[in-house]
Amino acid sequence: MTKFVKSNEAVVMGALYAGCDLYFGYPITPASEIAHGAAKWFPMLGRTFVQAECETASVNMMFGAAAAGKLCMTATSGPGFSLMQEGISYLAGAELPAVVVDVNRAGPGLGNVYPEQSDYTPAVKGGGHGNYQTFTLAPANAQEMCDLTIKAFEMAAKWRTPAIVFADGLQGQMMETVKLPEAESPRPDFSAWAAQGEPKTRENLVKSIFLDAAAQEKFNEYLQEKYAKMAADAMSETYLADDADLMIVAFGIGSRIARTTAEELRKVGIKAGCFRPISLNPFPREALAASCKGKKVLTIELDAGQFADDVRLNLAKAGCGAEAASVKMLHRMGGEVVSVDAAVAAAKEML
Amino acid sequence: MATIEQKGMYKVFPRSGKNVSFTHYCPGCGHGIINKLIAEACAELGLQDKTIFVDPVGCGVFTYYYWDAAHISAAHGRASAVATGSCRARPDAVNIAYQGDGDLGAIGFNNAFQAASRGENFGCIFVNNSLYGMTGGQMAPTTLDGETTTTTPFGRDPALTGYPLHVCEVFNQLKAPVYIARVSVADTKRIMQAKQAIRKVFEIQRDKKGYAILEILAPCPTNLRMNAEKAAQFCINEMEKEFPLGTFRDETATRPAREVRPIPQCASCAELFAEKTAIPAAVTDPAFAEKRFKFAGYGGQGILSLGLTVAEAARLERRHTLWFPSYGPEQRGGSANCSVVVSGTPIGSPTVEHPDVLVCMNQPSYERFAQDVKKGGLIIVDETVPVHVQPPEGVQLVVWPAIRLAEEFGVPKAANTMMLAALKKLNCTGLSGDSLEEALVASFKKKPELGEKNKQLLRQAEQM
Repeated sequence: MTKFVKSNEAVVMGALYAGCDLYFGYPITPASEIAHGAAKWFPMLGRTFVQAECETASVNMMFGAAAAGKLCMTATSGPGFSLMQEGISYLAGAELPAVVVDVNRAGPGLGNVYPEQSDYTPAVKGGGHGNYQTFTLAPANAQEMCDLTIKAFEMAAKWRTPAIVFADGLQGQMMETVKLPEAESPRPDFSAWAAQGEPKTRENLVKSIFLDAAAQEKFNEYLQEKYAKMAADAMSETYLADDADLMIVAFGIGSRIARTTAEELRKVGIKAGCFRPISLNPFPREALAASCKGKKVLTIELDAGQFADDVRLNLAKAGCGAEAASVKMLHRMGGEVVSVDAAVAAAKEML
Repeated sequence: MATIEQKGMYKVFPRSGKNVSFTHYCPGCGHGIINKLIAEACAELGLQDKTIFVDPVGCGVFTYYYWDAAHISAAHGRASAVATGSCRARPDAVNIAYQGDGDLGAIGFNNAFQAASRGENFGCIFVNNSLYGMTGGQMAPTTLDGETTTTTPFGRDPALTGYPLHVCEVFNQLKAPVYIARVSVADTKRIMQAKQAIRKVFEIQRDKKGYAILEILAPCPTNLRMNAEKAAQFCINEMEKEFPLGTFRDETATRPAREVRPIPQCASCAELFAEKTAIPAAVTDPAFAEKRFKFAGYGGQGILSLGLTVAEAARLERRHTLWFPSYGPEQRGGSANCSVVVSGTPIGSPTVEHPDVLVCMNQPSYERFAQDVKKGGLIIVDETVPVHVQPPEGVQLVVWPAIRLAEEFGVPKAANTMMLAALKKLNCTGLSGDSLEEALVASFKKKPELGEKNKQLLRQAEQM
């Protein structure tokens, strides 16, 4: 079934197909259409929508629902995402699967409602307290707003960790064609650890506290091992990369600008290609290094360079120190979007 | 030695990480008594298998060591939000949140209050000992006038810190709660009353009656710097003056069962999202020259729907299509615009920096976007727009009376349809006239008669 829908609505459709049973949310532009869709469609399928009193409540309601063994989600934007960080740390600390969608708006502070990718650090590195990670996916179109939301639920359940769908205001608002899945995902069984109010789960305890330092350290080590294993599920894609002299590295909305830029550059005889991390954590480090080795690298991003720094770090860690050192960045902030013209000019300057 | 029966509690506490059978509570602490009463009530009512306890941060943080049931350990202040989540996820369970006066009265007050206001199906046991216990005896919202704590070393001064917060009295202003009461565990008689009240909280949850909150006054000898007896006396003589015991509301017998108003239901996602007419997926056709459109005007001129209609027509022709509105405060008034990309291949950059076709219904939009139009492109402006600035070289400018035509036809709201007529007449969209008409009619799917009317107006306008 194919539909022409707003990307934000595609998130809700994906969530419903993924078996998400509860939505907790607080309105915020430019993510509100996700709450609107959830408020209408969740109850129509006999599922639950709760409008929370604030984002702190939303994320803690998710904590309760996830601890009770159900798939649940929320969606928000910058300021609300900030408020949720404590709760996301608790989710990670209690190893609870849940999905948070951040439709990034411009900041800091109240900022405005236009697109940025400036929540990169909290969305990708864990914005709350403690040594935790999230599984973070960055969609680039309406189809992926649906598909990667489904993926986020899969990864959250598989790794027992909160997953973030990291989008931006431009993506949230655009309408495109979305092909819905053929079938709904089966509900995962969390009765081994969840507090479900049933005889078989009576002994279960969901917590993130280890009063004893040695036990807390052991738990941290276990988490780090788990996060290291998550790398096996890293996702990325390349475009026109094989014979490229110049790689444009970008994620989310930036990766679409990168595609058009590469096509424009090829028209004037410049061999440009694209690398796009689809999962930002785990970061597809090896794939990045493989596609950028020996090439010039330009990043396109809607932040102050948090992504470029991460690209440099990952290249360096993968043994591409020279490539890392030569990474150039083209960025806009405040709700402005990098233009193809500017990207073409920046690429030409590098050659 | 006679063994004391410990109903509802573990005999030893392995969840503490140690094989011990003593609690972490200080001698004379009210929590120990309350913990025992809760465990007994849960066991006596046979609810241990069904109960989900939500534990707080504070002295009650380790109740999961003791109560033999499933537990969720919440963040500080968030037990009521967490219990909202668990009771929504597991409506058949008995959900009980246990909170202290810093947890519920200060940091988590709004979460508790809003959960009560929504009438969530959980019971809240709220322990008031007039201060923060675990963190070292600081002032709580419930600290008495003049009471010395570690953050009111000279005694609480209402001129600086306000007055003790009466949680039950405040919650009693809400419509949804079924049961609101305050009890104490400062002496045997009070403990027996507290036991009955705690049972009631469990029964209300068992019977799905709704939200219940039970405040329990409890002594904290350690932080009051008193012995157990004096602390209990403080509870009775000082705290009860400020926080009188009693039942503020008990509608357990009279409250009718909650009935959710019916809404349309679907059996599956496929049924929910089914389209009346099958929407074909886009096909890739590199021969089709990509077209980028910008539609701009005042909010209320139907600019966004005009763009959507063109996008819909493109979709009908199985083109890759993208529609993107300006959004935010400007959509509530002032200028609005939207972008449409129609392509034979998957669309890269979604932004329309250089439109092939620009449609302007007002002067600010024309002046903002005209210079961006691609060489060889087209600008259509309404005739009401004063063209002080010439379009860029190689760009065609067409002045069209969309607003006037709509008024002449007696349907001023149809100015956007009149613009669509211009797009169709000029054959500048790369899309067929039939598709544009079909998309126009489809845009009125909730008012089919208006769809037909607009189609007729479109055809009339085309003849102009």
